Amino acid sequence: MPIVNAVTCPVCGCLCDDIELTVENNEVVKVKNGCAICESKFLGYKSEHRTRKPLIRKNGELVEVPLEEAIHKAAEILANANYPILYGWSSTSCEAQRVGVELTEEIGGVLDNTSVVCHGPSILSIQEVGIPSCTLGQIRHRADLIIYWGCDPWSAHPRHLERYTTFTEGRFEKSDWKGYLQKVKAAAGKKKIKSALRRGVVKHPSEHMLKPETMSGPPPTMMKEGRKLIIVDVRKTMSAEIADYFIQVEPNKDYEVMQALRALIRDQELDVDKVDGVPVEYLEEVADAMVRCEFGILFFGLGLTMSAGKLRNIDVAISLVRDLNMRTKFAIMPMRGHFNVTGANVVFTWQSGYPYAVDFSLGYPRYNPGETTVMDILLRKESDASLVIASDPAANFPRKAVEHLVKTPLIVIDPHMNATALMGDVVFPSAFVGIEVGGTAYRMDHVPLPLKKVVEPPEGILTDEEILKRILEEVRTIKSKKTESS
Amino acid sequence: MVEEKLRVTLLTGRTIEQGVGKERGKGSKEYFEAVSMCYMDAGDMKKLGIKNNTNILVSTENGSVVVKAVKYPRAATPGIIYIPYGPWANVICSNKTSSIGMPSFKGTPAEVEPARDKPLLTMKELLKSEFGR
Repeated sequence: MPIVNAVTCPVCGCLCDDIELTVENNEVVKVKNGCAICESKFLGYKSEHRTRKPLIRKNGELVEVPLEEAIHKAAEILANANYPILYGWSSTSCEAQRVGVELTEEIGGVLDNTSVVCHGPSILSIQEVGIPSCTLGQIRHRADLIIYWGCDPWSAHPRHLERYTTFTEGRFEKSDWKGYLQKVKAAAGKKKIKSALRRGVVKHPSEHMLKPETMSGPPPTMMKEGRKLIIVDVRKTMSAEIADYFIQVEPNKDYEVMQALRALIRDQELDVDKVDGVPVEYLEEVADAMVRCEFGILFFGLGLTMSAGKLRNIDVAISLVRDLNMRTKFAIMPMRGHFNVTGANVVFTWQSGYPYAVDFSLGYPRYNPGETTVMDILLRKESDASLVIASDPAANFPRKAVEHLVKTPLIVIDPHMNATALMGDVVFPSAFVGIEVGGTAYRMDHVPLPLKKVVEPPEGILTDEEILKRILEEVRTIKSKKTESS
Repeated sequence: MVEEKLRVTLLTGRTIEQGVGKERGKGSKEYFEAVSMCYMDAGDMKKLGIKNNTNILVSTENGSVVVKAVKYPRAATPGIIYIPYGPWANVICSNKTSSIGMPSFKGTPAEVEPARDKPLLTMKELLKSEFGR
């Protein structure tokens, strides 16, 4: 059976490029090295939930139509619209995104990607404050303090810890995997003692055994040599269980805790005992670990961008890292979600000058998040047609925004029959990027990686890039006919 | 004493099950089970007199939706509920964008009440009832 090596996984921003696939009769039958989500994608791409024919809504029902009819209908909708939005782009290749920019410019629409509901605030903040960052390779080999703030890598980027941070064997920093196993064993031992005490098996328990468990300060592992992992979150996540130290902050209070840390790093004293539920002495320990490390990295997730403060939370996170760089070496990186959302920002920027929310309605690119972001356009009910590609806003936008999205003509390009496709007016099935078509994608640290084509797409199914090119061509034909007739 | 309603803070986010489900297909059983649920604190569930897998009605100023309550296995999170990203969470999450395009998906005030008799809608039913399509 042919085995394809070094396949890049098209799921999350980690873009793990060590996946090994076994292909049999043009089908992936076995996945090696991948996480649960990767396996689900590589084995689930051929499932029954896939659309196989172009669909158009007629009398309220989606019916199968020939591709030409669907292309013409979509082009007609876009060519006749005054203020169309073209949204998604994060789960497709840079090559398709490039055609997307051309199409949007041609029809004078608004081009936006899923950053708007993930790291849009981070981008705004980076544009204001700047960002001291690095590549994941540098972190893998050199970082001895790893902090995840407002993100749960175990759930959203399952192999991030294993490939780039705590559990990876770097050139100068060793993996903490053994330490973690010891911790798990110790926890299991504690559980056994507890159970024995409960059942009355232990006749003369020692004082140590009877010590009640309370919210404790930094554990002795914070003082250890080698890699340290700190997690800050509003709830104890799966990742928090792995951490050397977990700090629980109250929802919407990250800003205050980070400002407190900034003060501590500058050797200022705080007049309070607690900062939003976190005792200052614990924060002092964390500040101490930050200052003492050789090279630290702060990863942050949507816990910061979606909570109260939004972009201001990122401002203060970057400022914290800037302060830390006066004492040691520290970097910061957003945990990008979709596999090519970084690519969407990069492509949009090199083509139009702006990373997301680009408005072409005046004939030149304009960027004013809050005005030209798709979310605000939908909430203000301004758009009159939409094209959604490689994303599922109906499953990820607030209801009010989706209400307007489905009221106007909606074109959907996606391999899956997702929530948006179910409500679409014209639906194109497309080939899976990274499985049935190759291309380029950008990892969360802005490193471009090639995506591989491992199997042939089903007959008659085009790639995102081809569908967009056909629509663009048809739009141009319709527009030239209009000009001729007028 | 069993309370009728509980004031909580709503968080939405990812879970590994949601990730696996979305890649399997949005129409799949895995996706439905992963996103039509709500993690709750065991103590809070006791206060409402509900057990694991009981249907609850979560309401915010934006709307209300029926989801399945599941006990949060990792630690006590009193006053916090967590619904994975998906059409169910979107019915109720805040659409305030603070003029930067980003709605507040985390930290929205909400109310929870038991809804034993109310049905948990499938994705198609939910979209039909919310958007008429």
